[in-house]
Amino acid sequence: MTSEELKSLKSNKVVDARGTACPGPLLAAKKAIGEIESGEIMEIFSSDEGTKNDIPKWCQKMTHEFLGIVEEDSYSRLFLKKA
Amino acid sequence: MSLEIDKQIQELKEQVSKLEKGTKDQLSMVVFSGDLDKILAAMIIATGAAAFDMKVKLFFTFWATAALRDPKKSVKGKHIMAKMFGMMLPKGSGRLKLSKMNMCGMGTSMMKGLMKKNKVASLEEMFSTAGELGIDINICEMSMNLMGFKKEEMIDYPNLAICGVATFLSDAQESKIQLFI
Repeated sequence: MTSEELKSLKSNKVVDARGTACPGPLLAAKKAIGEIESGEIMEIFSSDEGTKNDIPKWCQKMTHEFLGIVEEDSYSRLFLKKA
Repeated sequence: MSLEIDKQIQELKEQVSKLEKGTKDQLSMVVFSGDLDKILAAMIIATGAAAFDMKVKLFFTFWATAALRDPKKSVKGKHIMAKMFGMMLPKGSGRLKLSKMNMCGMGTSMMKGLMKKNKVASLEEMFSTAGELGIDINICEMSMNLMGFKKEEMIDYPNLAICGVATFLSDAQESKIQLFI
């Protein structure tokens, strides 16, 4: 998805994991994914550079669909669709 | 010809199902070291694996057992040697030292300060997260006996058990990942 398409998405859940270090964002994502239904969209805010590699790997393992990343000034927004 | 292929497919299916039964989506880890940095690494891997929906089984042995002591608890009626070990070994995860650059504790407290600044979870927080994620902690009975630790002085952890090498081996045998730290 392009970053324009991602920005226009309506997330069902936003997880703000900014400021936490590994494995904080991953654990926050794992906790929050249980609160949404299959097919819904979740967005993770992270200021941890490694998260951009970690979350796609996690999605692959958990069979969630990783949609893409939108870069903001001091953090990234990672989008995924729950399997 | 097609009969032969069917037979081969059947055989392959059986082999695959055997392989699938052999290993579970599980991580087994021996935590041997009593160093702050190494136990932190072990706990980060363990909680990460739990986030990957893996079953995680930690086997705490030797120096690592001291990290599971609860500083608020004490046990009376210990043998003199057990008392000495108890005094000399760190009482709980808050008392662990770095494996390098400890510098009489200065390095360790500097590292803890840095961890706080970089928002890295402390070991105490990691243990409570691990408990919430359903990570199993097994403590080696032999190590506890050697060092004179009693079950009553260990931390309140939801999935804590005392066991021996056979438990570790049977867990490790069916795990996809086995680690020793």
